[in-house]
Amino acid sequence: MKNSMFIITSEPVSIEEVTQKVVRREAGAIVNFIGTVREFTKGKRTLSLQYEAYPSMAEKQLAKIGEEINEKWPDAITAITHRTGKLDISDIAVVIAVSTPHRKDAYAANEYAIERIKQIVPIWKKEQWEDGEEWIGDQLENKSYPKGKPEEVENND
Amino acid sequence: MINIKVFAHLREKLGGEQLTVDHTEITVKELLQELAEKYSIKTDSIMVAINEEYADSEDLVQSGDTVALIPPVSGG
Repeated sequence: MKNSMFIITSEPVSIEEVTQKVVRREAGAIVNFIGTVREFTKGKRTLSLQYEAYPSMAEKQLAKIGEEINEKWPDAITAITHRTGKLDISDIAVVIAVSTPHRKDAYAANEYAIERIKQIVPIWKKEQWEDGEEWIGDQLENKSYPKGKPEEVENND
Repeated sequence: MINIKVFAHLREKLGGEQLTVDHTEITVKELLQELAEKYSIKTDSIMVAINEEYADSEDLVQSGDTVALIPPVSGG
């Protein structure tokens, strides 16, 4: 695995490897987020997921999230790895590790990271169900981008 | 020549990972209008990246640029 802090990979993600990247003497807290494949969504059974990315741009956007975190929490160090390809139930799709001197900032910065991943990082998932499949995110066309791109900073509600 | 990368349902609908259009210069908005008509796709929800950076609708795409059509993302 590459030694960068922000990685898109088709290989299984190691929680330990991502976490080790943010270990340092100044840190008093490390918070991990581990995103896994959920079997049931609103009663519908998922068999597997397929993740597709625009890898080079996705890695840049992950790094941008790291920069945004550093503007809000200057003492934070962030590492993110997101997987692509076919994932089974309970497989790890994403690992986010944030270290800070004190725990509150690590929790907040970590949540900020996953919210931003869902807004600006070019990764898409296709749900495979018992009776069909669908790319998630667009079919309802309930999002629109009149400016042609996401807003710079959005609320995390 | 402008190369256009497509992903997810757009890739499947258009039957390939890359399109090309023959312009020396065109705005993002004009490009989306052209693609919408040519391929019968809805572009309201599509974000556009030029050379791996999100672009505004009035930004100019120039020959040699790599454009990506980015439907609403669903990572995480």
